Amino acid sequence: MSAPKRVGQHTLQFANPPVIVATASVVGPKEGEGPLGQTFDIVIDDSYFGEETWEKAERKMLEEAVKLVVAKAQLKPQDIDFLLAGDLLNQTISANYAARTLGIPFLGLYGACSTMYEGMALAAMLIDGGFAHHVVAACSSHYDTAERQYRFPTEQGVQRPPTAQWTVTGAGAVLMAPVGNGPRITHATIGRVLDVGIKDPTDMGSAMAPAAVDTIIRHFQDTSRGPIDYDLIITGDLGRVGHEIATKLLGEQKYDVSHNYSDCGILIYDHERQDTHAGGSGCACSAVVFAGHLMGKLNEGRYKRILGVGTGALLSTTATQQGESIPGIGHGVVIEKLG
Amino acid sequence: MADSKQPGPPKKPLTLAEQVMQQKQTYDQQAYQRLADGVKPRHNVLVNALNAFWVGGSIAALAQIITLIFIATGANPQDASTAATIIMVFLGAFMTGLGIYDEIGKVAGAGSIIPITGFANSIVAPAMEYKREGFVFGVAARMFTIAGPVLVYGFVVSVLIGLIAYFLK
Repeated sequence: MSAPKRVGQHTLQFANPPVIVATASVVGPKEGEGPLGQTFDIVIDDSYFGEETWEKAERKMLEEAVKLVVAKAQLKPQDIDFLLAGDLLNQTISANYAARTLGIPFLGLYGACSTMYEGMALAAMLIDGGFAHHVVAACSSHYDTAERQYRFPTEQGVQRPPTAQWTVTGAGAVLMAPVGNGPRITHATIGRVLDVGIKDPTDMGSAMAPAAVDTIIRHFQDTSRGPIDYDLIITGDLGRVGHEIATKLLGEQKYDVSHNYSDCGILIYDHERQDTHAGGSGCACSAVVFAGHLMGKLNEGRYKRILGVGTGALLSTTATQQGESIPGIGHGVVIEKLG
Repeated sequence: MADSKQPGPPKKPLTLAEQVMQQKQTYDQQAYQRLADGVKPRHNVLVNALNAFWVGGSIAALAQIITLIFIATGANPQDASTAATIIMVFLGAFMTGLGIYDEIGKVAGAGSIIPITGFANSIVAPAMEYKREGFVFGVAARMFTIAGPVLVYGFVVSVLIGLIAYFLK
């Protein structure tokens, strides 16, 4: 039996492409000072966000982002059928505790930094499948909670290697519906977990780039499209290193993306001024860049069709300490502004 | 290479096909590592070494000045050096608390990790960080997460050297 809504091997083609009705973004002070500062809805001025701990602050950002996106669509939380959310912390506590407050039926996700795109792909399936009217996909990350979980205490005087990336403090939420005004999700290409043997947890761009490239190429093959069919191809958080590797790998396969390929991790910070080394990372990186900057450009009509690839380094401190390498994943979603 | 599959005991050596696959995988990983290495930005070793030298040197010089002051005020050299060490540990901890030491570390690298002020930093930083998990499972349990290995292997080496010294005498 064939799957009527699938094209090629792993690409979903939605029959009634779900509409992105609204997006919302909450970011930390550093992201607010960055080049995309104007595109975010809320910039908090203190990374504690009035809470006692960074974990609670991250959770609150996620709650605020979801509440805001629901308000923007002139709905109430009880109008939302499902909340799909995740984050980077162990047992995805930000998402679980935010869902506790919000009271929306909840599916927790973990796709590391690819969670936003994983959520958008699944939300589109729920809507196009006829299971839901309103679905919110959301995720969050926080520099300080990620540092203390994955690396060193924040006051530890260590030197970051130049390949290191800066975890974005923020939360993004996307509200989708079967009808409405806004860009639509037409396709999604689900990622494969690829491991190229990178063991350095401070070099996630190199670990994730092949997975992103794999998804992009499979997407092109499945849809018989190429880079020229997109105004923009944008990866989640490969950063400077991963972006350059991905460009090279795609070039080797005869896909020239030198004119229309960018990365959220590069866009979100000012490389010269903000001391963020290879760029931004974290669930919120692709989420807030999409919710703010990209959504703005889509609504303006500046971009008609983009291929967003959420990239995740499936990193675990336990696995890394046991000598395992770092697998990567990339989920591709096509967002199109029709008419 | 289907014909290379041989029947054999459960712990058989890899078949030829498996060996080829394994070698190809290693080769691909090496090729990718080379590609990635070509792209990665590098530390400027000379600048880093100079920064480590002058910051590490300054910390050591400061400790020496403090030692000399104690000696000048009449302490014997051993007491003076102990007192200077205590003061340096205090300064490292104090600057960690003020949020300055990690900024120094960003520039100086090993220059501010190796001196005893860096040791203080590595204990105070996790202690501050984990205060929110409580004083028992947070501060006390996590205080030595970074300094712990240094202490353990420091003790091991000192015991070994002690034994060597004992038998050589």
